[in-house]
Amino acid sequence: MSRAAAVSQARGRPSPRRPAGEGSAWWVYAIVGVFGLLVAGIFLSAFLNSIASTWFGGWLPDAYTTKWYRFAASEFDLGHVLAVTIVVGLAVTLISLALGVPAAYVLARHAFPGRAALLMLLVLPMLVPPITYGIPLAAMLYRLRLGGTLAGVIVANIVPAIPFVVLIMTPFFEQIDPNLERAARTLGAPPLRMFARVLLPIALPGVLAAGLLILVRAIALFELTFLVSGAKSQTLVVALYYTAFAAGIRPSQAIDAMAVVYMATGLILLLAALRFINPVNMVIRVRR
Amino acid sequence: MPLVPALLVVLALFVYPFIYGLQLSVSPIGALAKGGALANYAAFFGDPRERLSILNTLRLAVPVTLLDLCVALPLAYRLRRPLPGQRVITGLLVIPMTLGTVLLAQGMIQFFGPAGWVNKALLGLHLVTMPVQFVHNYTGVFLSLTIADFPAVFLVLLGYASGLDPRLEQAARTLGAGWRQRLWRVTLPLLAPGIAAAAALSFVATFSVFPSAVLVGEPAGSTRVIALAAWQAAYEQFDYPRASAIAMVMAAIELIFVALVLTARSRAYRGPTIGGRG
Repeated sequence: MSRAAAVSQARGRPSPRRPAGEGSAWWVYAIVGVFGLLVAGIFLSAFLNSIASTWFGGWLPDAYTTKWYRFAASEFDLGHVLAVTIVVGLAVTLISLALGVPAAYVLARHAFPGRAALLMLLVLPMLVPPITYGIPLAAMLYRLRLGGTLAGVIVANIVPAIPFVVLIMTPFFEQIDPNLERAARTLGAPPLRMFARVLLPIALPGVLAAGLLILVRAIALFELTFLVSGAKSQTLVVALYYTAFAAGIRPSQAIDAMAVVYMATGLILLLAALRFINPVNMVIRVRR
Repeated sequence: MPLVPALLVVLALFVYPFIYGLQLSVSPIGALAKGGALANYAAFFGDPRERLSILNTLRLAVPVTLLDLCVALPLAYRLRRPLPGQRVITGLLVIPMTLGTVLLAQGMIQFFGPAGWVNKALLGLHLVTMPVQFVHNYTGVFLSLTIADFPAVFLVLLGYASGLDPRLEQAARTLGAGWRQRLWRVTLPLLAPGIAAAAALSFVATFSVFPSAVLVGEPAGSTRVIALAAWQAAYEQFDYPRASAIAMVMAAIELIFVALVLTARSRAYRGPTIGGRG
């Protein structure tokens, strides 16, 4: 209060009672500072450990090395795991965009009976813990001989990605002026052509943003991949979990090295996503 | 209709597995086969250790969700207006999204461990005489979930808070409402849908996650969460019907929570929230 009030009074604005949330914001910096310190401490602890040759009881490691990264690359078959992760992430992103974008368009543009129920159905997989449908889904995929395969992992991960596309893209389409479509239709463009030549180019930033976020999520999503994947179709998160779970067999520095590789992958994608979208616009109000 | 493919996929991969799971759960196998259709459920609720997993889960999911909401709400409300260093602040709050459970767990084991920086600092400041145990117990999982879950809660609330029409608060002020009154009668009711959405999403996330319960918790004891019970039934005992029954219990608890949140939300405020975000 004190400093901001003094400043505003110095400017000659008589506002001793400023609305909550407009005065000084030291507490924002304080909370963010504590949170940042916690996260930085946790991350640096793991990161320093991953480049430490030995670290006995001191504040910092005794000596540094890159050998754990080389060890992780060969021991954990990091190349294969990364390849699986990228294939799964890209496939899930492309398929769920192809399925979700047209659905979002219809939901944004047309009012029809049962629209709210349909939207609810499409969003429901986001509101239910993945493990609840994941266990029967895994049972089903194993019966279809898809369990443990790359295709099975992709199929399972599409389920939670679709609600995400629908939730992001529906308001995006709502913002587009319907007159553009009317104009295209008046000029004789068939619906598909109109969609491809008029709507998609306008919606491209939204599609890209949704795609990047799904990619980040698909890479991070643990439960479904964990339930469905086999030894040859593990993504990085699942492989990491198995290694960390069997801690003691492998040196913890090597696990940390792999975890750092994982974080770097996610961080690059997230930063890319944040370049395209303002996080403020990520959230969507369901139209009532 | 362009809706059909998406709908078919959701029906085939979500609704059908759900029904299949429900059906599996009432067709017990093995020793429970003679117990009738509900034997799996009876076995789950009859076994104190299994029953306890529900409590263990709620003991984590509810406080984590509440804490994250309480911290994220004022931050989101304040950050809807620009502040020096806005981008850095938002970035800092969102980055833990990319940490991943394992890095978070590994880092926490180091950072909070007996020889970690936290205990070193506490010992150095003579605040404690023995290293405090932060990990491999309830506290470890609580911290890990709170950090991992925060970015999503914050982002959801930020989206809603920046959609608030500032004129509504100005109007309330003009009409003589004090800040307390504005907060309880205007701002919070308008944010109710956002709070409800964030609470529901956060609860789903904390409710179903079990890697952290294993890696930084005490998976045989106080942090044996229900998701872990389901996983053990499916992949350690290969009893899919029993695992499905546990999964159905999870879904029921989750939906009850969502229903409670939605009821609370509609009690808080009925009517249109906010127009466009502009």
